[in-house]
Amino acid sequence: MSARAGRLGLEVGVTALIFAAIWLFTTSSDSYLVVALPDMLSRFREVWLFDRVGSDLVPSLVRMTYGYVTAVVVGVVVGVAIGLMPLLRALTHPLISFMRAVPPIALLPPAIIVLGLGNSMRVFIIAFVCVWPVLLNAADGTAELNKTLTDTARVYGLSIGQRLRFVILPAASPRIFAGMRTSLSFAVLLLVTSEWIASTNGVGSFLIQAQQTFRITDMWAAIILLGLLGYSLNQVFSLVERRVLRWHLRSTATSA
Amino acid sequence: MLEIQELTKTYATSGGGTQAIAQLDFSVEESEFVSVVGPSGCGKTTLLKCISGLMRPSGGRAQLHGREIDGPPEELAIVFQNYGQSLFPWLTVRKNVRLPLRRKRRAQEADAAVEEALAAVGLASFGEHYPWQLSGGMQQRVAIARALAYRPSILLLDEPFASVDAQTRTDLEDLVLQVRRAFGVTVLLVTHDIDEAVYMSDRIVILSKQPSTVIETLAVELPNPRDQIATKELAEFAHLRAHVYRAIMRAHEPVPV
Repeated sequence: MSARAGRLGLEVGVTALIFAAIWLFTTSSDSYLVVALPDMLSRFREVWLFDRVGSDLVPSLVRMTYGYVTAVVVGVVVGVAIGLMPLLRALTHPLISFMRAVPPIALLPPAIIVLGLGNSMRVFIIAFVCVWPVLLNAADGTAELNKTLTDTARVYGLSIGQRLRFVILPAASPRIFAGMRTSLSFAVLLLVTSEWIASTNGVGSFLIQAQQTFRITDMWAAIILLGLLGYSLNQVFSLVERRVLRWHLRSTATSA
Repeated sequence: MLEIQELTKTYATSGGGTQAIAQLDFSVEESEFVSVVGPSGCGKTTLLKCISGLMRPSGGRAQLHGREIDGPPEELAIVFQNYGQSLFPWLTVRKNVRLPLRRKRRAQEADAAVEEALAAVGLASFGEHYPWQLSGGMQQRVAIARALAYRPSILLLDEPFASVDAQTRTDLEDLVLQVRRAFGVTVLLVTHDIDEAVYMSDRIVILSKQPSTVIETLAVELPNPRDQIATKELAEFAHLRAHVYRAIMRAHEPVPV
């Protein structure tokens, strides 16, 4: 049995053991707060396969996607600009440090006042928090570009457009992807936070309403969904990253 | 075709200024192969940066084809020592060589130039590889191919073989001489390897220690084409080599301006 198969077996085995332990613990407990695992799973199936997918999961995902994509686009554009112009970086540094430090939940009141209680407020919250990891990574990745690389681009007379497309963005992309990954986990988190107040649909909204009306099993069903969502998004992200950064992974593996 | 006149370069530092180059005067004629040698830290790389337009001199002039060098000239190509950071790892070999040609010429001409250059350096079948899949010597050949496809009038080489092993170095030296004959390009080589300078050049410019000036320019009258064994067996080769070494040893005292 190869080492790899052995390790895989261990992972599966340990996961199965933990699963079984939770199963036993939850079915034997008397507290009304502890829901038996089989009940959680069957409720999960009832709600999310596929009853409330259209009414709650889809709107949440749509808002999250708008927010995340906006954050990535703005983050990369502004980040690269800052990385290329040290003066701009010095000017914006205090403001950026301040804005990224604001806890997301503290953004809810001002966002509600300015944008109301609708989708634009929720998308804004997601975008506002998700932009900083991407922006800062893009700025650092661009500023740290190797001198020989930029010298080569200059000597061979590449235009600014060519430099951006063929030198700057590819060179900074490992850093940018690292920022995008952090932002992705924020996006899932903020999906829930943004629906905390006065929302009518969404997974977060379902979660908070279940908690407030003491529908504990529903609450757990939503939590399981969120966990699965975060996990799947991360897997998809890794797949995309491996494909786009193939050159980087292989070249750093082969360099001495 | 390349004129360096009273070139000086001072770097601004917190303590005042570091004068890297005190005064340099020399020229390079069409189709010549000129080497610049000197003790370590004498400002050879600074000189190259001024000539390639990557840096502006503090004083004096560098002119190419009679025009002042103010930013990288279009007819100039450079091969850096650090090929790992000069080739783009996200592009294939072919695309690396092709990239500088996007603006310069039309698609078909460019493709043909790329294939010609790759064949000239012996990498015709490696076009679809990525640079990091190749050995150091092969990567430097890609950099040379890229410079060749660009069809510059003058090719600058910044200690190009310092990062490869000795055997690869001799192969690359001969390759450069060969493509220079085939493409008729003028070459300016900066190197700390005196044997290399003597072996490859028509003329050698010897610099002093920092702040550098030109101590001596000497003509290399060895028979062409050069051969790694036959040429290096000649008495004249040994004399030239010794002469340059002695000049550089003396150069450890800076020459008063």
